Amino acid sequence: MPELLLADVGSTFTKVCVVHTDEPRLLARAAVPTTTEPDVNQGLDAACRLAGTALDTALPLLASSSAAGGLRIAAVGLVPSLTAKAAEMAALGAGAKVVGTFPYALNTDDENRLRTLEPDLVLLTGGTDGGDTSHIVGNAEVITRTLPAVPVVVAGNRNAHDDLRRVLDGHQGPVRFADNVMPELNRLNLGPSRDCIRQLFLERIVIAKGMGRLKARADLLVPTPQAVLEAVRLLGQTAGGLGDFLAVDIGGATTDVYSHGAGLPSNAGVVYKGLPEPIDKRTVEADLGMRHTLSGVMALIDLEGLCAEHGLQPEEVMAWTTRVAADPGAIPHSTQETAADTALAAAACRLAVQRHCGRLEEVWGPEGRVFLQEGKDLGDAGWVVGTGGPAAFGPAPEVILAAARRRAGSASLLPRAPRFLADRDYLLWAVGLLAQAGLDEAGARLALHHLREVPGGDAPSCRRVPEGTHRGE
Amino acid sequence: MPTSPEVPSPRHHGCPSATPVNIVLGVIGADCHAVGNKILEIAFREAGFRVNNLGVMVAQAEFIAAALETDARAMVISSLCGHAEIDCRGLRERCLEAGIGHILLYLGGNLTVGETDFPTVERRFREMGFDRVFPPGTAPEEGIAALWEDLRRRGCRQPAGDTKGPGRA
Repeated sequence: MPELLLADVGSTFTKVCVVHTDEPRLLARAAVPTTTEPDVNQGLDAACRLAGTALDTALPLLASSSAAGGLRIAAVGLVPSLTAKAAEMAALGAGAKVVGTFPYALNTDDENRLRTLEPDLVLLTGGTDGGDTSHIVGNAEVITRTLPAVPVVVAGNRNAHDDLRRVLDGHQGPVRFADNVMPELNRLNLGPSRDCIRQLFLERIVIAKGMGRLKARADLLVPTPQAVLEAVRLLGQTAGGLGDFLAVDIGGATTDVYSHGAGLPSNAGVVYKGLPEPIDKRTVEADLGMRHTLSGVMALIDLEGLCAEHGLQPEEVMAWTTRVAADPGAIPHSTQETAADTALAAAACRLAVQRHCGRLEEVWGPEGRVFLQEGKDLGDAGWVVGTGGPAAFGPAPEVILAAARRRAGSASLLPRAPRFLADRDYLLWAVGLLAQAGLDEAGARLALHHLREVPGGDAPSCRRVPEGTHRGE
Repeated sequence: MPTSPEVPSPRHHGCPSATPVNIVLGVIGADCHAVGNKILEIAFREAGFRVNNLGVMVAQAEFIAAALETDARAMVISSLCGHAEIDCRGLRERCLEAGIGHILLYLGGNLTVGETDFPTVERRFREMGFDRVFPPGTAPEEGIAALWEDLRRRGCRQPAGDTKGPGRA
C-alpha cells in the first residue's frame, strides 16, 4: 500500500499525517490539542477529520505517543557514573522520561520517593557480569515491596539472575530479564533492555494510559522520543543524509537533545575517559523549558551577558519571565517579549547542548600536555536541526540554533561550524515511524525534502577547521 | 595510619571457587605509560583473573567506581612517572569511605623520582595503606603469585582452569 496514516499523540498536540511512500510526499497533515477527557481518541478523530481521513480507514497506521506523561521510568543502578548512568541512557534511548535515577542501595528515602513518583516501569541494573550482586538483589527486594504492581526490566549482572528470580517470584507486575546494560566495565549494551522496555510499553503501559483503541488499530506504536531518535539514526546513516549532527527540541517543560555520531577523540593526544556513549544519543533536560521550567533557565544564566548578547534590557527579560510564571500559556506580544523569549530559548539550547556533548580537559603531566575527553566530541557535526518549539517554529530559529555552535575558549565539544535546519512541518517523529516500519528510503527522502535550511550557519566551504585548533579552547 | 582491616567485611569474606576473581588494573594519575599496562593485563588474565583494565591516566575515583561495580578483590595500580606519592595519597581512605576498605591494594613501577632506597619507598606506601609495593623491573609473575597468596589467606581459591575474563581494553 503506497499510502500510510501516521499519528502522534503528543502531550500538547495530536498530529496526524497521510504520507505517500512510493514517491515520498506528504498528502495531508493536521494538528489539534491532545484530549484527555475521557481519553485521547476525541483528539485523534478530530485530527484525522481535519486531515481529510478517519482513524478507521483501511490505511496502515503507524503511531507514536507521549500522552499521559509519556513513558515514565525509574532507573536503578550501582555506581552513578557506571551502571546507573548506563540505565539512564538505556531508558532515554527507549524514549522514556527518566523520573528518577537511583544509585547504590535503595534506602527508605528512596522507597518513599519511588512511591511518590509512581513510575510506569523500573529498569533495574547493577554490577558487571560476574561483578557485584549484592546491590541489585537488595534493590530488587525494595522494589517488589515498594512498587509491587509496576513492570520491572532487569538488565544487570547475570550472575545475580537466580537470586533475582527468587526475590521477584511474587512480584505482581510483569518482570522481564534482559542482557546487562554494562556486561563489562565501560562497555554498553543498551539494545536488549530497550527492546524489553518497548515491548512492555506496548503490552501494558499504553493500555493503562487509555490508548487501547490506538494500540488495537496501530500496526506500530512507540514512545514519541523513540521515533524521533530513530529518525536521527536514519538521517545520520543515510548516504546523502546529514552525517554527524545534532537535533534540539526546546519544549515548554523540557529540552531534548539528540545526536548522531560516534564522537571519539579526533586526534592522538586525547585520551577518552568514562563510559562510551551510544552513536544515537538522546538527553532530556528537565530543568530547561520555555514555560513551566523557565525559572530553571533563569537560575543558570548570566542575565547581563544574555542581555548584552541579544540587545535587551534586564527589565525586559524579567517582565517576560514574570508573565510566563503567572501564565505558562503566555504567547509573546511585543517585540521585546519576542526577543526575550528567543534569547531565553538560545540560552536553554546552549545549556542543553553543553550537557549533551562531551568536554575536553587539559592535563599537564611529566610528558607534557595531555587532553582527557569525557563524552562525545561533536566538533565535526555538520548540522544542527531545530525540531519542535521555537528552534523550529519561532521567529528567529537561527539565533537559537547558533547557540549550539562552539565558542572559542570553550571546553565543551560542541559543533565547530554547523549549518542549521528547521523541522518546520514537525515531521521527525513521522520520519522515525517510517524508519521503524522499514521504510528507510521513504523516510529519509521525506525528511530531506521538508527540512528547511536556516541562514546563519557556516558556509559549506569553511566547515572544516584545521586539526588541533580545538586544543586550547 | 590506615591499613586494610584484619577482619574482612561481610561483603568480601572470600569468594566461591567457581566464580573468577575480578581485579581492577590501571595506571594512576597523569601518566600515559601504556605498554606495561597491556603486559600486566595479559599476564593477569592468563593467570586466571578477570581483568577490568582502565588503561592509562586513571583517577582514584575511577578505580573505586570500577571496583564497586565489578566486586573486585584487588586494585593493581601502576605508576611510572614518579608522582605516585601524590597520585595515590588518600586512596585507602577513599576505599574505606566507599565501603570497600578491605580491598587489596597493589602498587608498582617507578614510584618516586630520585629515591634509590627501595625499602624506604616501600615503607612509605605501605604506610599509605598499600598491601604490596613492587620496585621497577618486577616480573608480572611475582605480583600474580603474591596476589594468589593474599587471596588464599582470605579464603579465595585459585580456579583450576582459566576463565576468559572480560579483559578487553
